[in-house]
Amino acid sequence: MTDTMRTHGAPARGPSAAAAAVTTGSANALMRLTDPPMRAVQRLIGAARMPYIFLLPNLLFFGLFVFLPIGINIVFSVTGGTGLFPSERPYVGAEHYARLLDCGSYLEAGSCREDLFWRGVGNTLTFTVFQMVAMVLFSLITALVLNRPIRGRGFFRAVYFFPVLLSPVVVALIWKWILQRDGLLNAVLTTAGGEKILFFVDPGWAMFWAVFVSVWAHMGFYTLILLAGLQAIPRDVYEAAEMDGTRPWRVFHRITLPLLWPNLLVVLVLVLIRSVQVFDEVFVLTGGGPGTATMMVVQYIYTTAFANQVQNFGLAGAASVLLGAVLFVLTLIQLFLTRRRAS
Amino acid sequence: MAGLELRGIRKDYGSTAVLKGIDLSIADGEFVVFVGPSGCGKSTLLRVIAGLETVTAGDISIDGAEVTRTAASDRGLAMVFQSYALYPHMTVHQNMSFALENMGIAKAEIAARVDRAARMLRLTDYLQRRPAALSGGQRQRVAIGRAIVRDPKIFLFDEPLSNLDAELRVATRKELAALHAEIGGTMIYVTHDQVEAMTLADRIVVLNGGRIEQIGTPLELYNRPANLFVAGFIGSPRMNLLPTELVRGEAAGPAATLGIRPEHVEPCQEADADLTVRIDLVEQLGGETFLYATGPNDIPLTIRCDGQSRLVRGDLLPVRLRRDHLHRFDAAGLACRSEPLPARSPS
Amino acid sequence: MTGKLRRLLLARRGGASWHWTDVASYAYLALGVLLMFGPVLWLALSSFKTPAALLEFPPSLLPMAQSEVSVPGYPQPLPLFQVTMEDGSVRELAQVRRVGIVAQMVDPAAPGQTIRVPADRRTPVRHMALAVENYTDPLTQFDFLRFLRNSLVVTVVATIITLIINSMAAYALSVYEFRGKSVAMLGVIGTLMIPITIILAPVYLVVTKLGFVDSLWAVILPGAATPTGVFLLRQYMLTIPRDLIEAARMDKASEWRIYARIVMPLSMPALAVLAIFSVMWRWNEFLWPLAVLTKTEVHTLPIALNAFQGELQTQWHYLLAMTVVTLLPVALVFAFLQRFITSGIANTGMK
Repeated sequence: MTDTMRTHGAPARGPSAAAAAVTTGSANALMRLTDPPMRAVQRLIGAARMPYIFLLPNLLFFGLFVFLPIGINIVFSVTGGTGLFPSERPYVGAEHYARLLDCGSYLEAGSCREDLFWRGVGNTLTFTVFQMVAMVLFSLITALVLNRPIRGRGFFRAVYFFPVLLSPVVVALIWKWILQRDGLLNAVLTTAGGEKILFFVDPGWAMFWAVFVSVWAHMGFYTLILLAGLQAIPRDVYEAAEMDGTRPWRVFHRITLPLLWPNLLVVLVLVLIRSVQVFDEVFVLTGGGPGTATMMVVQYIYTTAFANQVQNFGLAGAASVLLGAVLFVLTLIQLFLTRRRAS
Repeated sequence: MAGLELRGIRKDYGSTAVLKGIDLSIADGEFVVFVGPSGCGKSTLLRVIAGLETVTAGDISIDGAEVTRTAASDRGLAMVFQSYALYPHMTVHQNMSFALENMGIAKAEIAARVDRAARMLRLTDYLQRRPAALSGGQRQRVAIGRAIVRDPKIFLFDEPLSNLDAELRVATRKELAALHAEIGGTMIYVTHDQVEAMTLADRIVVLNGGRIEQIGTPLELYNRPANLFVAGFIGSPRMNLLPTELVRGEAAGPAATLGIRPEHVEPCQEADADLTVRIDLVEQLGGETFLYATGPNDIPLTIRCDGQSRLVRGDLLPVRLRRDHLHRFDAAGLACRSEPLPARSPS
Repeated sequence: MTGKLRRLLLARRGGASWHWTDVASYAYLALGVLLMFGPVLWLALSSFKTPAALLEFPPSLLPMAQSEVSVPGYPQPLPLFQVTMEDGSVRELAQVRRVGIVAQMVDPAAPGQTIRVPADRRTPVRHMALAVENYTDPLTQFDFLRFLRNSLVVTVVATIITLIINSMAAYALSVYEFRGKSVAMLGVIGTLMIPITIILAPVYLVVTKLGFVDSLWAVILPGAATPTGVFLLRQYMLTIPRDLIEAARMDKASEWRIYARIVMPLSMPALAVLAIFSVMWRWNEFLWPLAVLTKTEVHTLPIALNAFQGELQTQWHYLLAMTVVTLLPVALVFAFLQRFITSGIANTGMK
């Protein structure tokens, strides 16, 4: 390490300088390796066509792992059989879609031919509604509190934020451990004179904790966005309101909320997009149970394609296309809102 | 070192024509300054020469070799940018050696060249610093040093002094002149500051609205402006322009406008006066005095007097225009002369 | 002195007097700390408990174990209890066995005599004991090191690939004007709308065709090109002065050299943000690896954890310890780069 630094003539300034020297050293080596071929390419095709070379790897990845799969997905959704390769799959037309959408009554999952899919849709809807309300409410309150002149704001912000970085599996296991039959929460309940509750046996409780845990894990992220929005509101607007003798609630209602609204809208749509795709935490926490009480659409797709005895890529593909259509619309709305916020 | 030839250079951005046909040849070793008001196309012309912009029409050759389609990196020119464009993540030494490394020059040779340039520009003590740790003047010198080490065919300067304060600008200007005298390269220099143009240039190219108005040595431009634009642009304070009929005994002839520089307007006896003006403002600079006055028909007139003046605002002053320094322009704004004009590019 | 302390603790910023909203704010934040940190702390404490301690109900806060004592004449060490005797005195006795509501105990100092004590008169003698074997056993028993190594490989390799190809694309889309640029931009935006969740099966097909199933490449490659990364880097590169790039061109640098020697070093802050995010994404990634990594040898930590919680329902002591290990790198990264991460998120609105 010292040698590297000497050859670069940089004075040693602790480990960071050493790290920098090593980085530049390896960067130089990489440069010596890549420069001659890239130079030759540039001579061959001209500097004006070089951007295509720079774009190529990324677009290749996008093509292979996003655009091509979208096409295959559509092919899957209109072909049947158990084969993975399109050549092994007979064309069945809209059969999968028909099967998914074949319902006696759309309000009663049991009356549908693919009742699991509709249970997934229903659960996802329930989850989405409760999660959106709770998520927006708590991140807004937290952001408002953190925006006040409090001591240790950085610390508190970090406290609310850190679960965002945890793996969904870790999040789910942490809570599973607390909520289990002889867990911490039941210990607290019994010491307070209550009775043990089997949280994962009761469908209502299972859904409650699914929502709770995902709010716990992600509210820090939305709090940050809202806090950034709150801090972007100029101080003098509040000072002017104070000079006018505006009451606090009115300040919130007439100043904070309207000025924060664009951020709030973005948060709403982001929460919506993410909760429609919810899978990881809930799957590890409840396994979709009890029964199918917390089985979401994505879990249905995953199970249909991979976990079942018979892998039904056609049905999973059709369900994916339907989910994709919903997400597409939601993302368009999000992009529209973000752009409006930017302008 | 090399000469440069531009033939019929045109540059359009969409439907806007920025350069409307530029013909120019620059000799080996010459210091040429492009000057003109902002938006005249001088910077675009420099970037076209550099190869940073493509031309819409016309061709460029360096040393007789056609380079119109050659990429900037292959033209062998060096450029000093207005912002200096120093690489902020590299030391002064690395900034100066970057181009040489790109050219594949041996390490020992690079070190020698950088050392030489650093000594010439008094940068030896700063070679291990990053640009952020340098003063404005030092950054400026690094930018020049980065060009010098290259030993380029032509040096291009894009308003290199405009980010310096007044004092430093004068000092650096002198250094640039000395540098040109020392290394003698072909240099093309863009500025909107006519003092820089006058003091540095072997030849000045005055640009306006995408065309060349006049090419000539500084004194040619000063003494014999080819048209009203050059007359008004070169010289500070500006040349006075008066309708011919206002001046006694000048009504006849093709000239529609008379031009006279402030130093060629002399206070005189009432009887000898061409006009009588009323003083609006007196600027005492100690060694000289500028009088801003209004003549008949509210024509403004600037007068430069040596030494100090007792005149005050409101005084009436009879003045005489020195006949041997009177510039005459026709109705189209061109100088009235018997001999053909040196340059006004055909449109 | 107390006055000073009071002022330090109670003074609001700005020095104004307390209002009920201040009290409510701090109460809310205190509750938040308990609710956000508590569970993780509980996990960490629990992970050091012995299997026996984990089964206790109600659980003890700290990892405790019952003290045991070797008594001559008994082959196994005996559990130690505090016993309130009938005369009200308290003795420390070792329990030989328990029959119904009566425990047979001996005094370790005088092992010859058996004392019969009602079971409800005893309380276990406990001491703090960290069950470090929860952490060390999985290393030898479950190939835990392999999962750790898999996760590390995936995270590091994927992050390097992501940084390289995303920065190249961002460079092309920020520095150049070229035919098809808007189409390329649209393509990048388009991928933003397609989460892996809805193309699981077809990506699986592609990966199978490429021969990557049950290799770490199957996890590394599909997510390497990220639209968020391209956008983030492009936004940053747009702020690099054009002059620098033109100066490099005048300095006879090839386009690749401009990318590698000028634009990349100058984009370090954005690259660092993307690197952190990529590390987080990859370290925590779950659904796709779950679908594509079926063999145990290639499991990453989250997948292994998920498998364990299915298989080893009763082995919570190992599971908790491994969860802590999975959580630890993220916690460390966060502790050191907290400000960087939060401001990065606030500025880009991505995660």
